[in-house]
Amino acid sequence: MISPLKRSLPMLVMGACTLYFLVPIWWLLVAASKSRSQFSNTDPLWFADFSLFDNLNELFSYRDGVFLRWMLNSVVYTGGAALLGTVLAAMCGYALAKYRFPGREAIFNVVLSGVLVPATALALPLFLIFSQFNATNTFWSVFLPSLVNPFGVYLARIYATASVPDELLEAARLDGSGEVRTFFTVSTKLMFPALVTIFLFHFVAVWNNFLLPLIMLGNERLFPVTLGLYSWNTQVNQIPELRMLVLTGALVSIIPLVIAFLLLQRFWRNGLGSGAIK
Amino acid sequence: MRLPMRSLGILLTSALALTACSSGGDDDAATTAGAASCAPSSGPVTLNYTTWIPGIENVVKVWNDANPNIQVKVQTGPNGNGGTYQNFFNQLKAGNAPDLGHIEYDALPSFRVQDGLENLAGCSEVTAAKDQFVDWTWGQVTFGEENSVYGIPQDAGPMALFYRKDLFEKNNIAIPTTWDEYAAAAEKVKAAGGYITNFSQSDINQFAGLAWQAGGRWFSNDGSKWTVNLADENTTKVANYWQGLLDKKLVSSVPPWTTEWDNAYNTSKAWTWVSAVWGANSIISGAPDTSGKWAVAPMPQWTAGGTVAGNWGGSATAVFKGSKHPYEAAKFALWLNTNEEALTLLNKEAQLYPATKAGASLPALKQGVDFYGGQAIYDVFAQASGQVAADFVWGPTMTSTYTSASDGFKGAVSGNGTLLDALKKAQTSTVETLKSQSIPVAE
Repeated sequence: MISPLKRSLPMLVMGACTLYFLVPIWWLLVAASKSRSQFSNTDPLWFADFSLFDNLNELFSYRDGVFLRWMLNSVVYTGGAALLGTVLAAMCGYALAKYRFPGREAIFNVVLSGVLVPATALALPLFLIFSQFNATNTFWSVFLPSLVNPFGVYLARIYATASVPDELLEAARLDGSGEVRTFFTVSTKLMFPALVTIFLFHFVAVWNNFLLPLIMLGNERLFPVTLGLYSWNTQVNQIPELRMLVLTGALVSIIPLVIAFLLLQRFWRNGLGSGAIK
Repeated sequence: MRLPMRSLGILLTSALALTACSSGGDDDAATTAGAASCAPSSGPVTLNYTTWIPGIENVVKVWNDANPNIQVKVQTGPNGNGGTYQNFFNQLKAGNAPDLGHIEYDALPSFRVQDGLENLAGCSEVTAAKDQFVDWTWGQVTFGEENSVYGIPQDAGPMALFYRKDLFEKNNIAIPTTWDEYAAAAEKVKAAGGYITNFSQSDINQFAGLAWQAGGRWFSNDGSKWTVNLADENTTKVANYWQGLLDKKLVSSVPPWTTEWDNAYNTSKAWTWVSAVWGANSIISGAPDTSGKWAVAPMPQWTAGGTVAGNWGGSATAVFKGSKHPYEAAKFALWLNTNEEALTLLNKEAQLYPATKAGASLPALKQGVDFYGGQAIYDVFAQASGQVAADFVWGPTMTSTYTSASDGFKGAVSGNGTLLDALKKAQTSTVETLKSQSIPVAE
């Protein structure tokens, strides 16, 4: 029998944590629902006159709807890069786990050390490399570097070792399945929870990689939403109208992340847990 | 990182193939015009222009429609210190900087010392335009040197005194015309339950404008060496003056550009603001409840009857080193910053206050403004613009100077040291920064 105190204490701690994490989002929601004049002189945590729809309307029409374009860009950059990057990481990690070839450990260790190199440190060298190819300020200058995900390779290898039995692969080979076919039809199914985890990690990493587009892109139509909102925010002093657009835009921009997490969270839990017991 | 590197290499190659069609373009116009010669290119020309002016597309469109052979492609992004300056430096390093860029006056010297700017003194059209600009703005782009023009002045931030006309009248306080009167008025405002103004603790540019007015000259360059003088006699005077107001708690010190700060004006807690012409819009948007109650007067003076103003802000359109078409770029920059239609649009879209003498007479700048009780406030700024001293020079490492000074100012505001200490510290750190970048300094 657990005493009521013992039961309520964890609830209290968790409640406090939930509050701590939700208050900023609540603030954002409230702030985005206010008109500019009420924003500065009403209670920051409670609604004033509800003008969220006016703000949204203004946000989507400002500068020919460039904000929608940014959202679309972000979805393509992050969704596309996360999807492709996950496939690449899975193939790479699977190969490192299931095939024996000279230099395997060396490659794996190098990939692992890549985890330690922050993406921000790579932005400027990447810019100089892309400049050599005259390819800065293009979609590809942000998309291609975003595909690389050493941590995903690491996770995929760990998970492939744990969840894909060698016997199964041998059986597939005996049945005449080629290696590629085995990977896509058998192994990926077994690795699926890990792939979702990698996808989510990758998705968040690309979404948050702010410096790369900042350095690479000059054309506003190519910006991801983070950079777009940032560039508006730097102009708030001169054009105060932008403040409400930045706030409303920030609210809208977290929606894809929330959706991604809600939809994939059951796989997410599954994937994290299996890494832990290894 | 062998594996990812290899895949990156493959991907890069495919990137090259994918972008091959989008790049290319103006390489065919194989002009190798020398930097200073400023010869026109033959054939049609496309210029790239990077800025963060809102609505700039509409201005550029007017030019593009009228000049089919010199097309300008404009790109916008975050403001200078928000990343665009760093991008310019990266692009200069990589050799793919745009032809034209937007650079604020205080950042021009840093591009100059990195040899990033094209000297336009070889373009006769540019040198001939000198008289169209207000003297001090021309000084900002020439650094007071002979035979050098490193950009075309775009906008200016002459300063004046915004004040709450209703509150001053109600409390029978005379509008201060000198800084002594301003300090005296501060006591009366305090007695009436307000603060005369808010001292900007983290935005050093306002203080720079005040020092500029008082005759402070922070930097000078004799052609080979920089001299740094952040705490010269006149700046010391300004620092001690504001320190006095802070010590007596006559000014508030809410961080600038925050909603708190807006609120102080909106709720009549702060009564005046010594600010630049663009500040007019900051008040309109930050303090909407005080509409009709404000007015503008010339800046308080250090000597009774004086007529000296300071400047806060302003920028130039510069041509970057490596531009293949400096002549056309200069021509566009001149049009952008002198043509009446362009200036009217820039003022309408982005509230830029023109740097030209004629710009002060734009119809939009002659009207009364309802928020300021119908006063034709821009007349005050037009007058101020002509009263800004022309020999104020910015240093080549302003970002670090600002950081150091604002750290000290924040301390001083909370009773930790004085403003003068902060300036002296900034002086030392600026000299160190210059040395660390191998920029010659005279000690």
